[in-house]
Amino acid sequence: MTWFNANTDKVWDLLLSHLWLSGLPILLGFVIAVPIGWFANRHRRLRGTILSLGGILYTIPSLAFFLVLPSIIGTGFLDPVNVVVALTVYAVAIMVRSAADAFESVSPAVLDAATATGFAPAGRAFLVELPLAGPVLLAGLRVVAVSTVSLVSVGALIGVSNLGSLFTEGYRTDNDAEILIGVIGIVGLALLFDLVLVIAGRLLMPWAYTGGQRTPIKPIVSFAQHLGGVG
Amino acid sequence: MSVLNDTVDWLGDSANWSGDDGIPHRLAQHLDYTALTVVIAAAIAIPIGLWVGHTGRLRGLAVISTGALRALPTLGVLAYASLFSGIGIKPAIFTLVLLAIPPLLAGAYAGLESVNRQTIDAARAIGMTEWQILRKVEVPLALPLIIGGFRSATLQVVATATVAAYIPGPGGLGRYLIDGLAVSDYARIVGGSVVVIALALVLDGLFVILQRVALGSRPSRTPTVA
Repeated sequence: MTWFNANTDKVWDLLLSHLWLSGLPILLGFVIAVPIGWFANRHRRLRGTILSLGGILYTIPSLAFFLVLPSIIGTGFLDPVNVVVALTVYAVAIMVRSAADAFESVSPAVLDAATATGFAPAGRAFLVELPLAGPVLLAGLRVVAVSTVSLVSVGALIGVSNLGSLFTEGYRTDNDAEILIGVIGIVGLALLFDLVLVIAGRLLMPWAYTGGQRTPIKPIVSFAQHLGGVG
Repeated sequence: MSVLNDTVDWLGDSANWSGDDGIPHRLAQHLDYTALTVVIAAAIAIPIGLWVGHTGRLRGLAVISTGALRALPTLGVLAYASLFSGIGIKPAIFTLVLLAIPPLLAGAYAGLESVNRQTIDAARAIGMTEWQILRKVEVPLALPLIIGGFRSATLQVVATATVAAYIPGPGGLGRYLIDGLAVSDYARIVGGSVVVIALALVLDGLFVILQRVALGSRPSRTPTVA
């Protein structure tokens, strides 16, 4: 605790970098993955290929991914962009599967009804399909958020400052309190992201929480089975 | 571009294919750690997972602890464990085991949960003991998901064993990445990364085949309903 009191500013700065380094990939991953998942659900023959590709990308070990990216996208070896790009790729890889599952969970009869009542294809996709796919999308996004927040810390090994820097520094200086603060900060941040997502889900999709409906919690367990490695 | 050429040269250099710091030795170490970790983790997680899945008891606890363990940052656990047990392979194996438990546990209990309740009731009705139900009905039917747990755990460990090279003790392929970074030897860093990625992809491919085989060898894929 004494260490923490003496270094509050530093921990706060690292927390903010961590927030930025994890928030951006989560957001980008979601925005990129949802249309791909929608497409994969629409084109059944391509679905398997798209999902397997996602699975393969997700098996790439994180540290190795951070370090081969500069050769592919021309960044510097210690550039934070490598971390953001790699984590976005992971987020897309996980999220595409859950987006495809989410759109699959929307009843075709409801879609036909929407068309019959005069929805144009684009309007139907945004105003009918997307909200109905919401609960499963949210479940996938929660998995993405927790895994991303935890993975950012590996970036500390390539000199990208975040809460993981407390691990490398704490190890060098034999300071277990510093490492512990880092672990608490990261787990806390993951819980915070999760809480924000759950609250956003309740506000945006109140119908999914009025009993009897499928709960968005369940898919996480079955979905987690599909996840490969990364660490 | 030059990093790419240097990397190809590094991978082709015969000096990197022999001795204690050679690719075959580092690869063997990496596989050693992975196998050891997964075996220890499975000895802990599989019996618990089967018990939870078979009895349905403590399921909530299993789900929560699996989720909580997933949120733990590997590097933090590794650094913390190393401060207390000193450098060497022990803290690394401890961390890797901790990480491999959640997917194995989830694979086992979710696998058993996925088995049709009527099938289990039928097995009980024809006089099978609980042990027989577990061994002859539930486990064979849950096998693809149990193997899925092994797949996630193995890949997780391969990835994290790379990070574990941050601690001076352990060998493995992560040495190329961490030691290369320390002296800015980019060819070694990228070359080592390529080998790690190849290893992960090959292992994943093997598990896909194993899962297919397990799926195919099940007594009957869909129980017929009259």
